[in-house]
Amino acid sequence: MSATMDNQTPLLSVEGLSVDFGVSRVVEDLSFSVQPGRTVAIVGESGSGKSVTSLSIMRLADMMGATFAAGRIMFAGQDLLQASQKQMRKIRGKEIAMIFQEPMTSLNPVFTIGDQICEVLLLHEDMNKAEALAEATRLLDLVRLPDSAELVSRYPHQLSGGMRQRVMIAMALACRPKLLIADEPTTALDVTIQAQILTIMRELQKDLGMGMVFITHDMGVVAEMADDVVVMWKGKKVEQGPVEQIFASPQHPYTRTLLAAVPRLGSMTGEAFPKRMPLTVLEDGQPKLVGEERVQDTARYGDKPLLSVKDLSIRFDIRKTIFGKVTHRLSAVSKVAFDIYPGETLALVGESGSGKSTIGRTIQQLQSAHSGDISFNGRGYSEMSAADRFRMRQEIQYIFQDPFASLDPRKTVGFSIAEPINTHGLLSGGQAIRRRVDELLERVGLGSQYADRYPHEFSGGQRQRICIARALASDPKLIIADEALSALDVSIQAQIINLFMDLQAERGLAYLFISHDMAVVEKMSHRVAVLYLGQIMEMGSRRQVFETPEHDYTRRLLASVPVADPAAQRNTVLIEGDIPNPVHRVGEEPAILGREEINPGHFVAKSA
Amino acid sequence: MAAKTSRLQRFHSLEFILGAFLTVIICGAVLLSDVLFPGAEKVNLLSRLVPPFSDMAHVFGTDPLGRDVLARVVAGGKISLLVGFTSVIGAVIFGVLMGLIAGYYRGFWDMLVMRFADLQLAMPFILLAITFIAIVGGSLTNTIILLIVSQWVQYARVVRGSVLTLREREFILSARAIGVRDWRIIVQHLLPNLIGPVIVLMTLNVANNILLESSLTFLGLGVDPTIPSWGGMLADGRTYLQTAWWVSVFPGLAILLTVLGLNLLGDWLRDSLDPTGRSSR
Repeated sequence: MSATMDNQTPLLSVEGLSVDFGVSRVVEDLSFSVQPGRTVAIVGESGSGKSVTSLSIMRLADMMGATFAAGRIMFAGQDLLQASQKQMRKIRGKEIAMIFQEPMTSLNPVFTIGDQICEVLLLHEDMNKAEALAEATRLLDLVRLPDSAELVSRYPHQLSGGMRQRVMIAMALACRPKLLIADEPTTALDVTIQAQILTIMRELQKDLGMGMVFITHDMGVVAEMADDVVVMWKGKKVEQGPVEQIFASPQHPYTRTLLAAVPRLGSMTGEAFPKRMPLTVLEDGQPKLVGEERVQDTARYGDKPLLSVKDLSIRFDIRKTIFGKVTHRLSAVSKVAFDIYPGETLALVGESGSGKSTIGRTIQQLQSAHSGDISFNGRGYSEMSAADRFRMRQEIQYIFQDPFASLDPRKTVGFSIAEPINTHGLLSGGQAIRRRVDELLERVGLGSQYADRYPHEFSGGQRQRICIARALASDPKLIIADEALSALDVSIQAQIINLFMDLQAERGLAYLFISHDMAVVEKMSHRVAVLYLGQIMEMGSRRQVFETPEHDYTRRLLASVPVADPAAQRNTVLIEGDIPNPVHRVGEEPAILGREEINPGHFVAKSA
Repeated sequence: MAAKTSRLQRFHSLEFILGAFLTVIICGAVLLSDVLFPGAEKVNLLSRLVPPFSDMAHVFGTDPLGRDVLARVVAGGKISLLVGFTSVIGAVIFGVLMGLIAGYYRGFWDMLVMRFADLQLAMPFILLAITFIAIVGGSLTNTIILLIVSQWVQYARVVRGSVLTLREREFILSARAIGVRDWRIIVQHLLPNLIGPVIVLMTLNVANNILLESSLTFLGLGVDPTIPSWGGMLADGRTYLQTAWWVSVFPGLAILLTVLGLNLLGDWLRDSLDPTGRSSR
């Protein structure tokens, strides 16, 4: 089939495109083409110029100040770079449609779903309002949204993230575009929702025969979606080819490094402990393995638990009557119990709304519990004095997801790292503190000369290292890492995972590792707890949970993870259903599931 | 080393040079007014309404009582700048403090401060002024206090708004997670991050207050009307605008240049306090 496709004239061909922002060249001499009915994936890490490429095709990059130094973008016999913005407005939405990363922000909150889809139709198609509304309903059916007739009159905030992204797809497809550009369309979504969206997009493309440009950093998604792959690095195309060839025999050293860094689910099968793996890095243009391989046998299960959480419940009052009586409640966490041992990494996995971050924040006393207790080294929070609880903020440190947001933009990183030391009075004297800050910066792989710089001068990976240095500053026993790796590129991710493991081996640190990324969890953790709607569905050693998952939800979660191998068997059965809304009326509390131990240390929730 | 050069480079901006130049010239002249123009209030009915630039003894001309306009503009700056600066500084200190407390602690304090602010915003300024002056009597100090009382609300609202968004940001949360005390979070993390809009509001309010002082004086609620001030001179010259424009235009120019200088300085200050540097451009 592909042979006949190749002979057609391409739908879109980008020829020698160079894009400048001011004096810096963001994309250089990029060429690729898209055939009708085929998907080209553009892969690269942040700053590789992949998004600028897509915005240039739409000529939206103009508004950000881009200038096109060279090249052509041919679409339907026309060079889009020569087209006026007026001509482009006719093409955008009608001939070429685009889906953006954030479904939360790409819909206008004050208009109904129906109005927003109709807007596209009224603009480009010769339709009256009633016809447009009927077409909108049909489009919502097309992306498999239930109750489409009722949905058109709803507002975006009433829909979940996955539903909103489906609405975005419906809008993009409204005028039957010949080309669809999808810029990281599933990055902000949970894995099970991502699997649904990817399946829908694949099937719609087949039905409608569109060409698709799919921009992503996730090699698993590439393997599932792409026919052809363009690998970009620092604004240049380094490799291009059919997806099977890119994965089976990558030619360029950068592609090989990138693929080596991708965490693969199942890579740890048969191992009892997590392993620190050597890294593949680019050195003098050649991929090279550096670092040791070491079994991470650091957990001291013979000791008393460092932290134990007993029957923790946390809830939020959502709606009250005017007399202050609570009518609706969100049970974020219900009767959750687990222990963390010294030197152990316990992973809390789950999708958004599962309550995993809420648990972390409660342990860090950023949130108060409704019932249950947390004890550290055998002493419960409830029996501690205020001074003791203040000391807990030295013993336990928290690393947030977004290293961009968790450092004060107006303070030097030296100030930020010294802050825990000053707050808890651990060292006195500017000299001693400064020495300690330098030491910490060097420990996390940055030089001491960086202490006087401000956060905006660093890259994402460097900033996360700074956050780790800050967490280490108070010499904690437990670090809570809340999605600490998910904002980072895969190659940086691999480095930070190793840093976490080295620090654990060195200092006997325990981690509570909160994540939605199953492949990373498999690499790092000793034990895993799977959360769903505020309750633990399954808990056990990493091996028990990943190799012999007992609970349906665990299996579903594992099946949803995109596999970075185009030859792998696709799970084409559509995983149906959204994550239910955890808000409930008072008096209609969700059932608390009992749990049973099916193997030593392996607990599974009994179905209700 | 890089930090040092950038610290010097901060002053190499047109905004700073121009703003500092204007502000220093005006403030300097006003402070030295007694030395420069000792007889500013001398009435000379023989040389009434001399046009500007015709007589070198009166470069900016004279007013209907034969007083030198240049001398009065320089002398009048004393009251105007005093009222303008002190009232703004007072309102900033009180307003920012209230806004920080309301925004950071929420709950009861937020309600108390904000309902009080609403109450005050609902009251027309003139009514507030008449009531206030009727109770405490008109004087320079009371005029300044009145302006503080009527303007702290603006700062409180701006600051509270910024605090409400900032306190949910992760870097504030991470400071709390470390155990940093509330007042340190407020002083070291919140204040530097919200000072930008406050500075802009401050520079605008200096001008506003110079004019408000004159309206109060005009209504007999402000300072002693015989003491020259820019606002008072503007009001006096109003009746002569068609025949002797210079009586009101020169004090007006003085206000304009002061505000321009302060605005430039304010913009520069806001930008140079922001380490990312290019945020506003």
